[in-house]
Amino acid sequence: MPPIKRNPKAPRQIPPEVAPNVRVQGGAVEVAGGFTTEQAQVESLRCLNCKDAKCVEACPLHIDIKSFIQHIVLGDVASAFDKISERSPFPGICGRVCQHELFCESACLLGKKLDPVAIGSLERFCSDHHRQFNGKAPVVKANPTGPKIAMVGSGPASLMASFVLAQRGYRVTVFEALHRLGGVLIYGVPPFRLPREILDSEIARLEAMGVKFETDVIVGNSVTLEELFHEEGFEAVFLGTGAGLPFMLNIPGENLIGVYTANEFLTRINLMNANETGADTPVNIGKHTVVIGGGNSAMDAARWSKRLGADTTILFRRGRAELRARAEEIEHAEQEGIKFEFLGAPVALFGDENGWLNEMECIRMKLGEPDSSGRPSPVPIEGSNYRIPVDTVIAAVGQAPNPTLQRTTPQLITNRGKIVVDVNRQTNMDKVFAGGDVVRGGSTVILAMSDGLAAADAIDKALKLQQKEVEIVGAEA
Amino acid sequence: MNKIIRKQQLTPETALFEVEAPRIAKRWKPGQFIIVRPNAGSERIPLTLVDGNKERGTITIVVQRIGKTSAVTVATPADGAFHDVVGPLGEPAHITSVGKVTLLAGGVGVAEVLPVAKAFKEAGNYTVVLAGARTDSLRILREELLAVADEVIWATDDGSFGFAGNVVQLLQDVVKASGEKPDLSHVIGPIPMMRAAAKATKDLGIKTYASVNPVMIDGTGMCGGCRVTVRGKVRFACVEGPEFDAHEVDFEELTRRTKAYKKQEVQAYEAHKCALGLQAH
Repeated sequence: MPPIKRNPKAPRQIPPEVAPNVRVQGGAVEVAGGFTTEQAQVESLRCLNCKDAKCVEACPLHIDIKSFIQHIVLGDVASAFDKISERSPFPGICGRVCQHELFCESACLLGKKLDPVAIGSLERFCSDHHRQFNGKAPVVKANPTGPKIAMVGSGPASLMASFVLAQRGYRVTVFEALHRLGGVLIYGVPPFRLPREILDSEIARLEAMGVKFETDVIVGNSVTLEELFHEEGFEAVFLGTGAGLPFMLNIPGENLIGVYTANEFLTRINLMNANETGADTPVNIGKHTVVIGGGNSAMDAARWSKRLGADTTILFRRGRAELRARAEEIEHAEQEGIKFEFLGAPVALFGDENGWLNEMECIRMKLGEPDSSGRPSPVPIEGSNYRIPVDTVIAAVGQAPNPTLQRTTPQLITNRGKIVVDVNRQTNMDKVFAGGDVVRGGSTVILAMSDGLAAADAIDKALKLQQKEVEIVGAEA
Repeated sequence: MNKIIRKQQLTPETALFEVEAPRIAKRWKPGQFIIVRPNAGSERIPLTLVDGNKERGTITIVVQRIGKTSAVTVATPADGAFHDVVGPLGEPAHITSVGKVTLLAGGVGVAEVLPVAKAFKEAGNYTVVLAGARTDSLRILREELLAVADEVIWATDDGSFGFAGNVVQLLQDVVKASGEKPDLSHVIGPIPMMRAAAKATKDLGIKTYASVNPVMIDGTGMCGGCRVTVRGKVRFACVEGPEFDAHEVDFEELTRRTKAYKKQEVQAYEAHKCALGLQAH
């Protein structure tokens, strides 16, 4: 075999993208394409194959990045896919929505001098390649027979915990309140960022491993936590109920028609297909939309608004550097012609005699001392108020944990709505664990997954210990 | 999928369904609601629970044909199933023992008031249901009402049965005639009726709860679409309601907000009827 010729100085490969003018017409069409085999080769040859690979450590799932890239170098994409699969069954999801720039790619040694290796795109390449040529996902372990574990919510945290526990032989059931699986990945993330067949096929992988899914079950309302233990025979419960409670703007006029929370706007479209002609659940979109906020939900809502034909502006009270969304989504939004108005905040909304929004009043801000988020605080400039015409306002100003379960489980200790857990993701309740946004507030998909991973370890440990105790007691008797 | 166990056509546009839903049957309380999607792709529509049977594992709902999705629901055959049923949702009705309780119900509200009236009676109250319909032939669940309330008085808009007029006028009439007013009132029905009831009971000085029905998507407090202003404060009807003090609800705003999708609803319903017509030929 000829020696491998690394070429770290080659330019970082850029995956193809659908042209901005085409994709804003195309609705749900995925924006970012994947690497070609040639691009994946060039990109993987940029990897320095560091002895002490920092990227592995920086990945919240500790995917063996270095090894999977070396498999691509050798042209063995199947092995690269298997390497990722050891730690994560979700390369198609993570290859698309993970904030690689904050995790693996930020630790890439090459990035100190040149552009870091495009690890996210390589991960996605492995997933797409596998889907295209192998089709079926490998079954890690079928028909688990161990203790029953319940997952509450079907978002990233629960999905990851399910994978690990099913792999170790536990019988896992996932309860989802909505009628489709995926949590924020289905109601929040638009299909132009994460096509539904990718999401569905990676969830199907868990099903193939024996994980059961029950939609339309709201734990807390349809069944209590206590009943899961005492009547349905679950031996541990993981709470991954996410952050589904939207913050309101708390300004006059926010109940006018045309004012949406990002959750409602995105749910109507992502989950209920309001973008499609003839869909049963509609959405109202006017000529001028203002989206308030600077996170991923703001970008997603703005990009949908643009796709539905509205002139769209993102109003953010800080500057561009303080935006919290993924870098790629910000760039995509800019390319698509979404206007950004920085250092501005809404003050009041006005409507016509029928209650339809038609104007908003804003105020200019300047940046002050850093606040608790570590970012410069926005300070209103007195007397700088101005008014703009608008017929749709979407509030994407953050969300708190979904309080449904907490309300019906008063013994569960929370702090400002967030479930309090110890380092093992254990709550104050016996055999009840929690992770993801319900613990962190609004966070990222990958950190939710890492919580699921940690909680699964802790559940495994807790139940194994319990089994041991039972055995000892039995022996004495 | 939730199997239909029993279907009863109450009027040409209203049907009662007993549906398999063991988890909900076990936990539901009067005043709570469920979300139904009759078919894959349907809207999520909130419907008040009328009854629940723990032993049989079934729940009962009554649906009136108003738009496309409710029409599809009403048309679901007796041997069919609903694609999704989720609940129970919302807070149960405030059931207290106060003495005499008058319950005002209009339209399908007549069905929805059944469990609430029953609960008030079981709590030791004397219960009077003022039930309304457009005309005699549209009066629903007459026997069932008599079984759960101490008194049932009917009002029809056209005077074809009972009191001629609506239930709000009936309440005013009853209070005037008897010279005494109830200790508490509960109202459920179309928004204009609840709005009028809130005004009348406020004038009469009767503490009143209204079960409101704003536009809703998920029903779990996630979307915020069901916002209702109560005593100047924004509340989410799906998790904090659906019942609020009727005198504190901003009915004007609620009325406006429920019209947000009027245009699309009319279009969808017309297209639906049109498609049905084509199928029939």
